[in-house]
Amino acid sequence: MTAEEAVAAAFQEEWGQVVATLIRVTGDWDLAEECAQDAFAQALDRWRRDGVPRRPGAWLTTTARHRAMDVLRREAVGARKLREAAMLTAPEEPYDDSGVQDDRLRLIFTCCHPALHIEARVALTLRTLAGLTTPEIARAFLVPEATMAQRLVRAKKKIRNAGIPYRVPPAHLLPERTTGVLGVIYLLFNEGYAAASGADLVRRNLCAEVIRLARVLARLMPDEPEALGLLALLLLHDARRETRVDADGELVTLEDQDRTAWDHAEADEGAALLETALRRGRPGPYQIQAAIAACHTTAATAKDTDWADIAALYGELVRFVPSAVVRLNRAVAVGMAEGTDAGLALVAELEREGELSGYHLLPATRADLLRRSGRTTEAAQAYERALELVENDAERHFLEKRLGECRST
Amino acid sequence: MKYALLICTPVGGAELSPAEIADDPRFTSYIEEVRSRDLVKGGARLRPASDATTVRVQGDEVLLTDGPFIESKEYIAGIDIVEVADLDEAISLASRHPAALGGGSVEVRPVWE
Repeated sequence: MTAEEAVAAAFQEEWGQVVATLIRVTGDWDLAEECAQDAFAQALDRWRRDGVPRRPGAWLTTTARHRAMDVLRREAVGARKLREAAMLTAPEEPYDDSGVQDDRLRLIFTCCHPALHIEARVALTLRTLAGLTTPEIARAFLVPEATMAQRLVRAKKKIRNAGIPYRVPPAHLLPERTTGVLGVIYLLFNEGYAAASGADLVRRNLCAEVIRLARVLARLMPDEPEALGLLALLLLHDARRETRVDADGELVTLEDQDRTAWDHAEADEGAALLETALRRGRPGPYQIQAAIAACHTTAATAKDTDWADIAALYGELVRFVPSAVVRLNRAVAVGMAEGTDAGLALVAELEREGELSGYHLLPATRADLLRRSGRTTEAAQAYERALELVENDAERHFLEKRLGECRST
Repeated sequence: MKYALLICTPVGGAELSPAEIADDPRFTSYIEEVRSRDLVKGGARLRPASDATTVRVQGDEVLLTDGPFIESKEYIAGIDIVEVADLDEAISLASRHPAALGGGSVEVRPVWE
């Protein structure tokens, strides 16, 4: 391995850890990032000359820490921080109330603190944990770079001024805060996954970054089956990424995807992790969603899909997440398992309630069920309604194609 | 850290006098807790927004308005200054404040120190 490769690998593996430790040591988020960057730059020089150290992470953390001490020594106001930094050359870390002691876990919980706006949580997580640059994050979220830079500055300022603690929450807060952390990771993955076209590499790379974060979280929270369930879910989704659009960038439904092109090693890993999670006997929404995804990836052909199982799993999911969107997904599964009429009845129920009235997938689901039952005229009307509401281009093309098929029969 | 808890009450809600609050079991346990832990460093219970007068100055002219400075669904009924370790502790306190339970809200603001 060349020094360049070693630094690139260390960046992926160690960036979050180096920043997290430096934040604890200095209490200063900007300084921590600056010193981490500096340590990686030095690594390139030094590792070329002296070879790659045996423990690159420890080398980087020590180098960044020395740099921080240099900076703080030059600032008179840093006197108190410097004492702390000097003390922290000792390897042991303080324990939290929860008994967890990894700096990265502290950083994850702080970045995802519910007192921060969700956009700030997402941006901070990518910047400080995954090491994405501000322009990369801006591109991934399709906002101007200046806007993203300002968002990050504001978030760090709120952490400091509002006194958001840098720690893993105590046991009584842990369950709800963990749900929040998992939610941020899931949202980040969806953001990358939605960029299906392949034209935008930054957005697609987001999925790989987020899976890496989910791995760290699952490792740091071994007692939390939902962390494992989330990782399993992301892997099972990601295994299908290459087949979700065709060569022209058109959306391909699960039914029509080329199953031989799925990443079966990734899917198997996801399924195995799910098994491990389920054995703990504490199911949750991510484990159930992973189980649904696993039903799809383990079916040899679309016809072999066990829709009865999937419908039952959605029934379970509704108990954890009683949202209209989950119930709409359940309607699809019930339509496939018990016949289109049963699915349409559930869709009609949602239509009456009106909560999803502006959501294109409501008429699109109705259209699909009608199409399957051969009621093409009614299906065409529902597709037209869905097209009035749809915003994403790939989905619009897909709906137009289906509408054309219904009209020509 | 010091935080100001701005106790917000829905407009048109029940107006309890300090004496009534002292007798209200929803408030007594909260008051007991903050007193025993010596968390409250200051604050005030405010009379209703209808008793407010808003002062503005334009040039040399002092303009008065009968009522609070902004018409809203909630008004500030009181302010507690508390001293706690961090935002989590301030949130935990605010979430047990009877105003937050009874349809009102508590805005947690760090004090500029």
